[in-house]
Amino acid sequence: MTNDRRVRFILKPIVFVVALTPLAWMIWAGLNGQLTADPLKEITHETGDWTIRFIVATLAITPLRRLLGWNWLIKFRRMFGVYAFFYGTLHFLIYVIADRFAGLDFPDGYVAVSTARALAASIWEDIAKRPYITVGFFGWCCMIPLAVTSTVGWIRRMGGRNWQLLHRLIYATAIAGVVHYWWLVKADIRHPLIYGALVALLLGFRVVTTLQKARVPHPAVQVRA
Amino acid sequence: MLLKKASDIPSSEITDKKLYLRRREFIQAAAVGAVGAAAGTLGVGMAEAATWPRVPIPNVQKASSPALTTTEKPNSYQDIATYNNFYEFGTDKGDPSQNAGGLKTKPWTVKVDGMVAKPGDYHLEDLIKPYALEDRVYRHRCVEASSLVIPWVGFPLASLLKTVGPTPAAKFVEFTTLMDPKQMPGQRTDVLRWPYVEALRLDEAMHPLTLLAVGIYGEFLPNQNGAPMRLVIPWKYGFKGAKSIVRITLTDKQPLNTWQQSAPEEYGFYANVNPAKDHPRWSQARERRIGEFFKRPTLLFNGYGDQVASLYAGMDLKKNY
Repeated sequence: MTNDRRVRFILKPIVFVVALTPLAWMIWAGLNGQLTADPLKEITHETGDWTIRFIVATLAITPLRRLLGWNWLIKFRRMFGVYAFFYGTLHFLIYVIADRFAGLDFPDGYVAVSTARALAASIWEDIAKRPYITVGFFGWCCMIPLAVTSTVGWIRRMGGRNWQLLHRLIYATAIAGVVHYWWLVKADIRHPLIYGALVALLLGFRVVTTLQKARVPHPAVQVRA
Repeated sequence: MLLKKASDIPSSEITDKKLYLRRREFIQAAAVGAVGAAAGTLGVGMAEAATWPRVPIPNVQKASSPALTTTEKPNSYQDIATYNNFYEFGTDKGDPSQNAGGLKTKPWTVKVDGMVAKPGDYHLEDLIKPYALEDRVYRHRCVEASSLVIPWVGFPLASLLKTVGPTPAAKFVEFTTLMDPKQMPGQRTDVLRWPYVEALRLDEAMHPLTLLAVGIYGEFLPNQNGAPMRLVIPWKYGFKGAKSIVRITLTDKQPLNTWQQSAPEEYGFYANVNPAKDHPRWSQARERRIGEFFKRPTLLFNGYGDQVASLYAGMDLKKNY
């Protein structure tokens, strides 16, 4: 079996399943009362943590390929990106249900047009009012077009260059994610600091390589990002 | 989990961490069954359930007045003893019950000093002995918008203050938590300025609802809940309740409490529960009672307004948060 096939048919399916284990763990722990006395807050935080972890993993692929020559890593970039969106979407939905919906008044019952309207208004107010929610929502919104255009068909339709330009939105998501985390912690900024340092390092790598490219007018080998 | 401050981390090490972070995703496959250390580093709290001694307190009496205890259903012992904000033992709610086992509460000395007739270093047993311990079920509102109902065991702070005799000049009471990074691992990092300090106005301290608690559910306090003695002020946000108290100081100057020192625009001196005064980052209008899904409306003074509102007559509660 070639290296390429080994990655494609063995490693990739394994990583795909492994990436689902945080969700599986949350479900299992939730059913078994293992998610602290405030499980809703816990799964909000857990899904948020996994979102930023997958964003960092996605951003790490290109630098690692360049530095270590592990070109096969490229086969995981899209998967990690889509998983970042997957956990980010769960994070957002849990916020909508556990924070917004659970905080409504229900004069007409839970299932009513007025409930839906009140929920939408409540989400919108919160996004407008609270900077850490605003920036978190912005980061999630940036991932939507990336998730939609993550297929081979869309790369073809858009053309590689445009597609690549659009997908630099992940940089905005990464920064927004770190700021979101930073603004919501009470006093212990150690975790946001770690993610901030990682994102700064990974984006800094791109800045440096771009500057280097600009300085060398005719590079012998063009490396595609 | 990386516990160093960023400034301590050389950039070379951060690169390692990056690889490490990705490696964990692979490791997790194996971790589903054989959790152990992997789960620990992931912070997903699969650690073994911590245990601690549970010792009943003899001769606990009923609350001396029905107004001093609520008939609402208390949260479970498990919830109260495993969902704690006690940064001396870690910043996650589950950390204190895991990390507080090393706190030695016997012997325990409390220094009473400042503007009092009878200052001194008191053995905890001697300090408590003169007072009847009573059951007080109180609503407890965390500043982070969660709440619990807790059956405390304790005695009014007023009783102690009457014994030690504040001088006429005394206007505030300051409470200091133990400072010992060996016993309190959270103090090895400076997330807050240690030791933790809280304070009350003397009239707040003398209020019959203000309690020095030594137990919950008829048993001595678990360490993570502030053993061996802590402050409980049910109409204020939980952080006002200094834990593991080693010093009580009477003073004429308003002390700077730890959270106010840390973030003055977010946490004030009074910290009275007030649904109309939002925290800058979140609403205080509602709260999630632990164990419930739908949020409850938060009550002014946590529902103790009849008894305490007069303390703040004429005061702008939005300015004096």
